[in-house]
Amino acid sequence: MEQATASGSEPKGPSVAAAALLSVRDLSVSFNDGERWLQTLQDVSFEVNPGEIVGIVGESGCGKSLTALSILGLLPRRGCRRSGQIVFEGRDIAALGEGGLRKIRGRRIGMIFQEPMSALDPVFTVGDQITETVRTHFPVSRSEARERAVEALAAVGIPSPRNCISMYPMSLSGGMRQRVMIAMALVCEPKLLIADEPTTALDVTIQAQIMDLLIDLAGRTGTALLFITHNLGLVAESCARMLTMYAGQVVEDGPVDEILLRPEHPYTAGLLGSLPQARHRKLKLPSIPGRVPSAKDMPPGCRFAPRCNYAQPRCEAPQVLTAHGSRHVRCCRHSELALPGAGA
Amino acid sequence: MTEILRVEDLEISFAGRSRGQIVKAVDRVGFTVRKGETFGVIGESGSGKSTLGRCIVCLLSPSGGRMLHFGKDPFDLPAAELRRHRRAFQIIFQDPNAALDPRMTILESVREPLDVARIGTSAERTAKALAMLDRVALSTELANRYPHEISGGQKQRANIARALVLEPTLIVCDEVVAALDVSIQADMLNLFADLQRDFDLTYVFISHDLRVVAHVSDRVAVMYFGKIVELGPADALMARPLHPYTQALLSAEPEPMPAHLRNKQRVILKGEIPSALAPPSGCRFHTRCPLAVEKCVKVEPAWRELEPGRFVACHFAGEPLPAA
Repeated sequence: MEQATASGSEPKGPSVAAAALLSVRDLSVSFNDGERWLQTLQDVSFEVNPGEIVGIVGESGCGKSLTALSILGLLPRRGCRRSGQIVFEGRDIAALGEGGLRKIRGRRIGMIFQEPMSALDPVFTVGDQITETVRTHFPVSRSEARERAVEALAAVGIPSPRNCISMYPMSLSGGMRQRVMIAMALVCEPKLLIADEPTTALDVTIQAQIMDLLIDLAGRTGTALLFITHNLGLVAESCARMLTMYAGQVVEDGPVDEILLRPEHPYTAGLLGSLPQARHRKLKLPSIPGRVPSAKDMPPGCRFAPRCNYAQPRCEAPQVLTAHGSRHVRCCRHSELALPGAGA
Repeated sequence: MTEILRVEDLEISFAGRSRGQIVKAVDRVGFTVRKGETFGVIGESGSGKSTLGRCIVCLLSPSGGRMLHFGKDPFDLPAAELRRHRRAFQIIFQDPNAALDPRMTILESVREPLDVARIGTSAERTAKALAMLDRVALSTELANRYPHEISGGQKQRANIARALVLEPTLIVCDEVVAALDVSIQADMLNLFADLQRDFDLTYVFISHDLRVVAHVSDRVAVMYFGKIVELGPADALMARPLHPYTQALLSAEPEPMPAHLRNKQRVILKGEIPSALAPPSGCRFHTRCPLAVEKCVKVEPAWRELEPGRFVACHFAGEPLPAA
């Protein structure tokens, strides 16, 4: 059994505590398409330590966002099955009912999504929305909640927070909306923040501002960050550890710099290789042939084998995620392959 | 080399929401594009890059300055001739769905430009459309499907085929790979390179993605708030940007490298792109520029050739940025 972390302690920076803040074990999710159950997440296991910044990378349809939604218990109630454990602060939150989850969601685990406009209610002011969040989780007066909202907006670098609280989301720019989302997520001082493509809709110069802000705030409050993105550059610059997901499975897990330098899964290497680079201008880009398989026709063995340049007959067997040192990889050939990494 | 496109002091304005209000989306922009080259245009949202792209293919007319195709102003042509002339200047957009009619099969969509132009017999048009689909690696089986039945990457290939059937000289590629995953994006960029060689195409490649623009382009123009602030050969511009905005863009681009191999001075810009209704005085970048001094607020910097082939609009171009 996992040791419960003392809920009052405030770990600063990456903690050395043995107990993980979040431990996802054998998480599987299936959807019913009307005829049969299709498994879209299979045996997803990973941990996030207190204060740690962990990135999840992979292309669309690999199960990154679904993993986040599963942790938060935000899957549809019908036509969807979930199994496995989600141990957060020592408690299996997968076993909790909606009432129990509501005490955690937004309070102990915050979330930020890609499109701030769809997460903000257009008919309420920014202040109303942050105040509502505060009052849902803390027994404070309206004016006290409003003060906290102003403080939170100031903390995310909004120039005049007192004006901002009476504004509607539509009158804010994309970057400002995402700051509001971050303020709303952090106002309850969660222990874990799940950020799903938080900067994808933003311009690069604004993206740089938002990433700096997120990392700075997470570091100052000791909040762990689970950062979902398709952008390997962002993971390289912000995360300590990364997971690569492919077709509903974790295929690689380890320290970011080690994986970038020497990826062990051909899919991670493929993602790195297909990025255009100025110094390889006009040269042919190595691409990954084919597409991510759909849950309907998942290969029985290694799910990446049909697209893999290194596939062999033994790849036709299902692959297991094996650990060695600080790294995990789901590839039976990982020890014999010397895959090209970043800068190759 | 033949000059295909020349833009001189180009201005494109739109009416604002209130009476008499004018928004200049493109403000006195000038450059030339030569045959066979890839001319990259990079900028953030609101920089005017897409408006410029639309003008290049005559979808928008300039409100000032000139835009010349092969030395002639296409807007001087009578309507019927302009329509015919436009076949040589095609555009491909970011959203692969928006350009395909959901009620037409892929083959019908690719054949449609030929039908409209009344080129050849019906059988010849079908044959040509199929050949083009084959060239962009879409099988005959996929040709008979509808847009919702194929993937985003395949749809974008169909859009490329649709732009190619009229045998254009120049194609404006407006954020063509922005909606695609990296591995599909790599395929698509390779395809663009192959097609350029095979059909002797000229591209104006518009993107917000520095990495993509730098990979495909021979020369790159950097736009900020309706103006080109820097223009030069892609290699030189990437290796040694002259304008502080280009420097900031480069440094903001996250590098997928381990910490010890990342080698850059990070410049994080303050603030956001200003409102189009109230453009800043002097240099338009002064509100966010780490180098800005009083002169920048008052005097608009001249467009000058700092080095052969390298143009920049900044009073202090070439001077190093203060350490971040």
